[in-house]
Amino acid sequence: MPLNVVSLVSVGRHPQSGRQRRAEQDGRAVELGMNLKVVQNSQLTVLHAGASSEPVLRTYAGMGLPELKVLELAEQDDAVPALGDYLQSANADIVLTGVRAESGESSGMVPYLLAEQLGWPLVPRIADIVSIDDGVAEILLALPRGQRRAVSVPLPFVASVDNAAAEARQTAYGPGMRARIEGNKAVTEVDEVRAGWQESDAKPRPKRLKVVKAKTAADRFKAATAKPQGKAGKVMKSESAKEQAEEIFKLLLEEKVIK
Amino acid sequence: MSGEGSFEVLRRDPRAEWIARNRLHPLHGTINVGEEAEVRGPSGLIRKNPHKVGFIGPNGIKRIDRLKGNATAAGLGRRSSGPQEVQLPLHAVENPDFYIVVVPDLVGGRLTSQDKDVLGQAHKLVKGIDGEGAVVAVCFGESKEEGYDTAGVDRLIHLGGEEYEGFAPEQRLAALMQVEAQLQPKHWLFPDSVHGGADLGSRLAARLSERPAVQAWQVDHASTVSRGASGSKDIQRATPRILLLAEECADPIDETRHEAQAIELAAIPLTITRLKDQGQVAVDPNAIPLAEAEFILSAGNGIHNWEQFHEAAEVLGATEGASRVAVDDGFMPRFRQVGATGTWVTARVYIAVGISGAIQHMQGIGQCDKVIAINSDAGCDMVKRAALSAIGDSEEVLAELIKLMQAHKAEQAEGGDQNAA
Repeated sequence: MPLNVVSLVSVGRHPQSGRQRRAEQDGRAVELGMNLKVVQNSQLTVLHAGASSEPVLRTYAGMGLPELKVLELAEQDDAVPALGDYLQSANADIVLTGVRAESGESSGMVPYLLAEQLGWPLVPRIADIVSIDDGVAEILLALPRGQRRAVSVPLPFVASVDNAAAEARQTAYGPGMRARIEGNKAVTEVDEVRAGWQESDAKPRPKRLKVVKAKTAADRFKAATAKPQGKAGKVMKSESAKEQAEEIFKLLLEEKVIK
Repeated sequence: MSGEGSFEVLRRDPRAEWIARNRLHPLHGTINVGEEAEVRGPSGLIRKNPHKVGFIGPNGIKRIDRLKGNATAAGLGRRSSGPQEVQLPLHAVENPDFYIVVVPDLVGGRLTSQDKDVLGQAHKLVKGIDGEGAVVAVCFGESKEEGYDTAGVDRLIHLGGEEYEGFAPEQRLAALMQVEAQLQPKHWLFPDSVHGGADLGSRLAARLSERPAVQAWQVDHASTVSRGASGSKDIQRATPRILLLAEECADPIDETRHEAQAIELAAIPLTITRLKDQGQVAVDPNAIPLAEAEFILSAGNGIHNWEQFHEAAEVLGATEGASRVAVDDGFMPRFRQVGATGTWVTARVYIAVGISGAIQHMQGIGQCDKVIAINSDAGCDMVKRAALSAIGDSEEVLAELIKLMQAHKAEQAEGGDQNAA
């Protein structure tokens, strides 16, 4: 039986121009799903919760998808109940999402809420799915500083795709326009909590100033003029090269940069 | 001051004052002329005697201390050894009415600057809410931090068991649920970071069915402003129970000391973890962008044996960096240059081999935690900045380092074989 992979996509926002675009991480989630299709012979469903008339969906379809599924929702509706309801019945094995949406609240809660609702494990910030054998997936997590961690998780699971995953392929206009976008009726629940919020354009955040809490003029003068003198470290002058290297090695082990 | 006091008539004793002034008077010794004795003028104002200011120095010359006690004690023949440790006032919470829980990232076992900001934010919230509150820090894994008290931790829950080490979000979530049941905290504060704070906070929010504020940057007890739509919108709302706080959300605690008293948790059930951590994967250190690299071996003008340098970087598993001179001379590519004109690095450990430390280079490594210098000149700026410096021939030290590392690897491989067998 082929695996069922569902990639969730949303409407992105270009960071400079503010235009709508294919969301960066969602694109990577689709790319990962398409690569799995080649390796694992799985089925990929690309799912969007929102309006099926959305032109951005064509840019996802232009990656080479014959069709997209859309759960018809209005602007003020909550996407989680609709998605949860769909996934419960869709018999999915892997659900891929971005880490955070580029529009709306962008809280990054959708994968967590879906995982909680479905009772599936959640794998945060994945870089790649290495293999899937006997219903257990080997996954690479993206850690800060370019590091990776291997994790194994049983199917089914929800995963959010990090920026470290393979970049989304180019989208083609013609195939995108020809793709079938199928709108489905969905459970609609108005997000009432959000209706009570006030949204405004982001104000630039103040930079943190270096405040000198000096009590006397002499202290203030020192703070303004003196070089910040860190604690002088250990200096090894007369030791042999071997002793010096041993000391350095000890520090490296202590800081756990070498294993 | 009471209202009656201000109408009180000031009574003076001119004779006593005269005796106090006249050092030759036989009764002068009986009248208290201590430093604290204040002399009042006819209008009731305190008068200062300008002749009594200062003290007689060691040379018999009168010295006036205008530094209000901040002068070094050089006159007394003692040299103070560096800045004195200041004991900050203790902020004690005996019977807290409520708790605010902070879950710091504790990267490398130490509080990050964002963790400290979040602790500062927690105290800001405590001040805004009626009653006495305590800030609880829940720390997972190994902790090397010693400054919990000065960072603002009133109560500390440290869970250092093996089940919390590495990547264990499910077990950590179980522990947080136990904290929730035991303390019923008013707020949960997480740093919104890639080090696991955002992940754990979102997990807890989903489990408790609370709607968190994410990328919150302006928080008080009533309202919260958070960034939405990938940082292009500000969302203002009532402060929720769970907050994922952005960097520099509040000022860290710096004026008080806190108790950092340990709290015992009831037994936490071991959860069946579905996510199995298989450990970190070795990545090619030179594929990591220089700005993100954790461990950099950097070369400068003092390197003559470049083959050995590359070998050392490979054996140690360090990302290669270079000073401007090494790049200009064509020994290293331009994108490896560290410094103001190259890359600003954030490595935790930075080994500078044969780099004396031009100011542009020092700016580039400003955010590095531990700098190790290997240099032939003991007086250079890099040695002043370094936590550990080896003065000598860099080629010899690197050769010894390579030997040590190879021995270490061989030892580990042996240990691994034994484990496997």
